[in-house]
Amino acid sequence: MSFDPHLAEFRFGHGLSPDIAPPQSVGEMLRGLTDTDDMAERFEIEPFPVFRQRMVQRESLQKQFKKVRGTDEGKALQKQIKLLKKDARQDHYLWMTAQILRATHSQTPFRERLQGFWADHFTTAGKAGIARRGVSPYVETTIRPHMSGKFEDMLIAAVTHPLMVHYLDQERSAGPNSIRAQKKPGKYGLNENLAREILELHTLGVGGPYTQNDVRELAELLTGLTFKINQGRHFQKALAEPGAETVLGKSYGGGQPHIRDIEAVLRDLARHPATARHLATKLAVHFVSDQPDPDLIGAVETAWRDSDGDLSEVYRALLSHPAAWDPSVSNFKQPFDFICSAARALAVHPRAIGNLSEKHARQRLFEPLALMGHIWQKPSGPDGLAEEDNAWITPQGMAVRLQWAVIVPRLLVGQLPDPRDFVDTALGPRADETIRFAAAAAESRAEGVGLVLISPAFQRR
Amino acid sequence: MDRRSFLTRSAALGCSLAASPLLTPVSFASAPGDNRLIVIVLRGGMDGLGVLAPYGDPAYSALRGAPDLGAEGFVDLDGFFAMHGALRPLAPLWQNGQLGFVHAVSTPYRDKRSHFDGQDLLEAGGADLKSGVARDGWLNRAMGHMPGQSADLAYAIGSDAMAILDGDMPVTRWSPDVDLALSPQAIRLAQLVMEKDPAMSAALADAFQLAGSDGDGVAVQGTVDDMMAMLQDNMTARRSSRYEVRLAKFAAQRLRKDVRIASFSLNGWDTHAQQTRLLDRSLATLSDVILTLKEELKGPAWQRTAIVAMTEFGRTARFNGTKGTDHGTGGAMILAGGAIRGGQVWADWPGLSEDALFQRRDLMPTRDLRAYSGWLLRGLFGLSSAAVQQDIFPQLELGADPQLLL
Repeated sequence: MSFDPHLAEFRFGHGLSPDIAPPQSVGEMLRGLTDTDDMAERFEIEPFPVFRQRMVQRESLQKQFKKVRGTDEGKALQKQIKLLKKDARQDHYLWMTAQILRATHSQTPFRERLQGFWADHFTTAGKAGIARRGVSPYVETTIRPHMSGKFEDMLIAAVTHPLMVHYLDQERSAGPNSIRAQKKPGKYGLNENLAREILELHTLGVGGPYTQNDVRELAELLTGLTFKINQGRHFQKALAEPGAETVLGKSYGGGQPHIRDIEAVLRDLARHPATARHLATKLAVHFVSDQPDPDLIGAVETAWRDSDGDLSEVYRALLSHPAAWDPSVSNFKQPFDFICSAARALAVHPRAIGNLSEKHARQRLFEPLALMGHIWQKPSGPDGLAEEDNAWITPQGMAVRLQWAVIVPRLLVGQLPDPRDFVDTALGPRADETIRFAAAAAESRAEGVGLVLISPAFQRR
Repeated sequence: MDRRSFLTRSAALGCSLAASPLLTPVSFASAPGDNRLIVIVLRGGMDGLGVLAPYGDPAYSALRGAPDLGAEGFVDLDGFFAMHGALRPLAPLWQNGQLGFVHAVSTPYRDKRSHFDGQDLLEAGGADLKSGVARDGWLNRAMGHMPGQSADLAYAIGSDAMAILDGDMPVTRWSPDVDLALSPQAIRLAQLVMEKDPAMSAALADAFQLAGSDGDGVAVQGTVDDMMAMLQDNMTARRSSRYEVRLAKFAAQRLRKDVRIASFSLNGWDTHAQQTRLLDRSLATLSDVILTLKEELKGPAWQRTAIVAMTEFGRTARFNGTKGTDHGTGGAMILAGGAIRGGQVWADWPGLSEDALFQRRDLMPTRDLRAYSGWLLRGLFGLSSAAVQQDIFPQLELGADPQLLL
């Protein structure tokens, strides 16, 4: 079991493309991660600070509106607010298609897969208003630049990000002895949500060596972490619990409350052996198999510990291990990856979906994705998407994939390829006699292409 | 596909249920008893005061205006409460004791009034959000306590996530707007292509069976263009009012057989502006859904069915400046079905005077709505108080039995 270019594309990328050659080595895959991010340049997604201006604008229009409610001026302002919301909504769909186009045209699709992994690991969402459209900008600013650096930098960027602070109820969390809680007792109090998810989901893992007391102490240490719409991340001393807090036996803070104390505990958590174990397992499950080789997990874990969570070293360990190249495939593509890899096999042209109307983006991509079980950027919880294949191999999931595979590709490309050729384009060495027969026997191109996309050889990785 | 072949396949897949001694076709059908529970999640925050108007409360008309009790207006129920006119088609159910309401209730959620948090808590069944929300839903936890298990016990229907049924117990998820329309040849070829992958093959077989059972057949003659036109209609059908009726029809079809629990959601309750029009429409849909369930459950099954419709919070007692209401606290639940001891409103009425309102703005909840769900679970499925108060609804006090069921 060793490196195989086609398996590299299936397992660590978005499948085969008729236009792009598979990588020739692990080294090439890793180098790609630190090369210029040409996909981000070509298919742009708004950075969060720019996106945030939309929220600032919304707030200012709302303030003006309240003063002149009921007048003509008020009506005009309402119209402006409506437009602002509409723009954000439309861009939200365009950013989804930008993701698909990056996956379709990337020379280093491993980068896109890693983004999917980390964006899901740090799942967040806006709960109302324009913030609901902010996930792609959050990922672009917070996840993508940190994917090959130190995990602790990504951790800090993600969990102190305004969207996460908002999503996990950190923004109003106040220490019981904070200035704010003392002034308005009953109105302000501690919220443990972010602290718990940091320990349970983002770092140590649910089986990790922490207690309820650690959750509470971490929650108290996190008080003060909040945000301002016009500024972004913000530390508000009035909310902060005075005094030191002990997390996993180590004391943090104690002087003037400062965000440095929060960063310090996050760095320690990022390097913790339990975090190494948790993330090594999760990476192996995500990329290789629901039941990964324990030796593979061990190798990734060791690389994490030895490098204090240097993600390039972690990926190197993952990709260098023989078990990563076990040709018996088991993992099943999650819905978004299914769509991305279909687009890649079909070499969907940027013009075909880069400017899709909201209506068409919904019909062709967003709604089928939702019916496959993945409601785009509207997670059912901070634990994100299920890793178990069985969560996705469902009757409904299968039905929607089959129907999508027959209907939608035709709307994404000028002309569908001949299914007999498409077998080789999409499956390469995985094509077998059964699928060749099916592709040739189909009554239309659409059905033939659909059958190739629905085949186990295409959907398993 | 028949049940026997499904069982064989489940066993082949190493489905954990295959190890259960209960897994014979006979016990399969009878295990969970004969009672049925349908939970409808009303997303957006239904205005309890607008749906079930306490017009007998002296403070009501100052808040909402005197209700029109004429032929087109509210339907008087008991001289104190009147139901919204859009529910008039349900009046015969009220008279037959198959419709009831619970008023002045809410989840333990307070203060922030966010849909997102409110729905999370409603579906998780927890006591608060301070320590994050549970990963599973209360209805799934309840299944774990039900006597006898079956792979076909519960359905989450529609395209919403239905976190209420998330969890360890197996739940079938299906949305009747998922239609498969393929040529007979493509159906055969799809089965062939999947053949070597047992899990995918089984899921596809179930898909064909489910898609074929919810109204239109899977195999269609026609060009790809015809199919595409049909499917594009389907992809957008969700926005038509008939979509909800299809959900109800599908639920009833399943519940007539072995299924005992079904849940789906109805949207459109976030009535911030022009409430009259919005509420008319959403209540008409709810009324259609309940009547469809009654009709499709056909007699005996309907007699053993309880429907409960619940929402994440009520709305402000007063109208706002745009003829709507904003997010509030206390609200109402709707109960229906042949198993319900209807024709009554369960409420410990708090009153509507300024002082009686929660934070001087919302209807004051006087009981945890989870207590009503808990009593339904006890009555329908014989679950113990301990299971309800400790596992299904943490930190709940069930309190006195409201005797919701016949």
